[in-house]
Amino acid sequence: MTTYIIRRLLWLIPVLLTVSAVTFIVMRSAPGGPWDTDAERRQVDAATAKSLAAYYGLDKPMWRQFYAYVIGDTNSQTKEWVCGVICGNLGPSYRQRGRTVQDILFAPPEGKTFWQSRFGYSIRLGVMALSMAIFIGIPLGIIAALKQNTIVDYSALFIATSGISVPSFVLAIFLIIIFASRLHWIDIVVDDWTQIKYWFMPMAVLGFGTLAFTARLTRSSMLEVMRQDYVRTARAKGLAERVVIFIHMLKNALIPVITILGPALAGLVTGSFIIETMFSFPGMGRAYVQAIGQRDYSMIMGTTLIYAMLVAVANLSVDIVYVFIDPRIRLEE
Amino acid sequence: MTAQPSTHGGIAKLSDVYRPSKSLGQEAWSRLVRNKASMFGLVVIVFFIFLAAFASVISPMDPLELHGGKKFLPPPFDQGATNIKAEPEFLLGTDSLGRDTLSRTIYGARVSIVVGFLPTTIILLLGTTVGMLAGYIGGRTDNLLMRLTDVIYAFPDLLFFIIIMVSLRDTFIGQFMNGLVLLFAALAIVNWVGVARLVRGQVLSIKQKEYIEAARCIGVKDNRIMTRHILPNCLSPLIVSAAFQIPGLIITEAILGYLGVGLRPSTDSADFFVTSWGSLMLDGQTAINSQPYLLLAPAICVALVVLAFTFLGDGLRDALDPRMRGTQ
Repeated sequence: MTTYIIRRLLWLIPVLLTVSAVTFIVMRSAPGGPWDTDAERRQVDAATAKSLAAYYGLDKPMWRQFYAYVIGDTNSQTKEWVCGVICGNLGPSYRQRGRTVQDILFAPPEGKTFWQSRFGYSIRLGVMALSMAIFIGIPLGIIAALKQNTIVDYSALFIATSGISVPSFVLAIFLIIIFASRLHWIDIVVDDWTQIKYWFMPMAVLGFGTLAFTARLTRSSMLEVMRQDYVRTARAKGLAERVVIFIHMLKNALIPVITILGPALAGLVTGSFIIETMFSFPGMGRAYVQAIGQRDYSMIMGTTLIYAMLVAVANLSVDIVYVFIDPRIRLEE
Repeated sequence: MTAQPSTHGGIAKLSDVYRPSKSLGQEAWSRLVRNKASMFGLVVIVFFIFLAAFASVISPMDPLELHGGKKFLPPPFDQGATNIKAEPEFLLGTDSLGRDTLSRTIYGARVSIVVGFLPTTIILLLGTTVGMLAGYIGGRTDNLLMRLTDVIYAFPDLLFFIIIMVSLRDTFIGQFMNGLVLLFAALAIVNWVGVARLVRGQVLSIKQKEYIEAARCIGVKDNRIMTRHILPNCLSPLIVSAAFQIPGLIITEAILGYLGVGLRPSTDSADFFVTSWGSLMLDGQTAINSQPYLLLAPAICVALVVLAFTFLGDGLRDALDPRMRGTQ
C-alpha cells in the first residue's frame, strides 16, 4: 500500500513536469513579448522592454528559462538565487508589478483569513457545490431506484438527464436573466461576497451537473445492487427494510459513486472559471480568465500548474480511498 | 417483427415463421427508431445541420450588415426594461453594432456543427490507430503509448485549449480561417486520448477470442486481422463515444468563444464562418438587461444541440448493445 502511494506520488512529477513544459513552450512560442500585446495601454519603448526582459530573465535561452522556472536561477541584477516552482515560487506576475503569482492566488487581502484569498474563495465554492451534489444527488438517486418506473423515478431521471446535458454556463445564463435581470431577486454585479445569499446561484450552477451525474450513477448502481443475492438473503432472514436499504444496499451501491467524487471535485474547481467569470466571483478562476485577457503569461502558467496538480491529487486520492472501501479491488502490479 | 402463423389447417407455413436476417446495423437502426428521445435528438440535429448548410438562404438578413443607430434593439415580442423601441423586422433584436441577432445565430450554427463533426473525425482516426497499435502489438509499444496518454490525460483539457488559443492566435495557423483550424487542432490533440484508451481495452479482449486465433492460423496478415477482424468489433463503443464526444466539443467551442479566445468573428462577407454561438454570447453579456436575447438565443441553441446529441448517444448505446440498456 505504502509503495503504491509512493509510486503514484512519484508519477505526479513527470506529469506535472510535462504539463509545465508544454505550457511553457506554447506560451513562449507565441509571437511578440508579454509587453507589446496590450494595445490599449501605453506602449513600452524598446529600451524599457529590453530591461524588463532582462529583469524577468526572458533574454536567456529557452531551456535556461524553463530551468529557472522549475528549479531556480540567480537573478541577473541582484545576483541572488531565486528558487523556482519546486519551492512553491510561481514567479512574478507580468501585469501586477511587484506581486508574485502565488501571492495573488493564495495571499488574502490585508487582515483577512486564508479563506478570503482567491484560492480560498474557489475552494469554498467548489466544496459547497460538491456538498450540494452529494446531499441532493445521492438521496435523489436512491429514491429513484427504490421507486423504479414510477413518476418519482421519471422526474428524477429527467432532472438528471437535463443536468448532464445542459452545460453549466448555459444554465448560468438562464438563471442570471431570470433571477437577476428580470425578477431582481439578486444583483448582477455583487461586490460583497460575505453575504451568503449571493453564493447560492454560483453554487447551484456549478454543482448541478455533478448533482445530476451523481444521481444517475447512484440510481443505476442501486438498481444493480437491489437484484443481488445478498439483498434477497437479507430480506429472507427478516431484516427490517430500513436495515436492508442502509446497511446492505447502500454500502455497496455507493462504491462507484465515491470513485467519481474525486474527479468531480477537480472538475468543479477547474470548471469554475467560467462560472466565476459570469458571476464576477473573486476566485482563482476569474483571476485566470483575467490573466488570459491581459496575457499575463506567468499567471496563466502558475494557475494551470495548480489546476493540473489539483486534478492529479484528486484522482490519486480516489484511487487510494477505493482500495480501503472495496476489498475486492487489489492494486495491480 | 413477429411471425403470425396463418391457419392453413393449423400448420404454419415455413414462409410465415421465416424472418429475414438483418445485419447489426439494421438491427440497431430498428431499435433506434423505436426510441422516441433519440429520434427527437436526430430530428434536432438534422434541423441544425440544415440551418448551417443553408444559412445564407434561411437567415432573414445579412449577418454582417450594420444598422446604424439600431444598437441593442429588443425583440418585438418582449420590450423588456428598455425604452428603446423594438422594430418588427428584427425578430430577435440586434447586437452591439446593430446586426440582426436571429441571422447571426443561424450563421453561428455553422461553426458549432463543423466543430462537432470535423475534429471528431480526426479524434476517431487518431485514437483508433493508436489504441489499435497499442492493444495489438502490446509490450513496449503499448507501454510507451499508454504512458503518453496518461500524461495527456492529466492535463486539464479546457486549460490546454485556452493556452493554445491564447498563445498561437497571432501565428500563421491561428490566423488561418479566423482561427478555426487552430481550434480543430487543439481539440483533436487532447481528445484522441480517451478514444485510444477505449479502443485499446476492446482490442485487448478481442484479440484473445477464438476467431482471431483461427484467422491467424490460416495465415491472415496482422494488418488484415486488425482492420477486418478486430476493428468491426470495436465499432459499437466507438460510435457511442463519438456521439458523446460531439456535444463536448460544441460546449468547449462555446466556452472558448465566450471567453474571447475562440473563433474570431468575421467582418468579411466572403467568409463561410461568420460568427459562433460562443462569440455571440460574449457580445450579449454586455447588454444583459436591455437585450437578453443576444445571450439567450445562442445559449438555447447550444443547450438544444447538446441535449439532442446526448439523447442520440443514449439511444445508440441501447441500440448497439442491448445488454447495456439502463445501466448508465
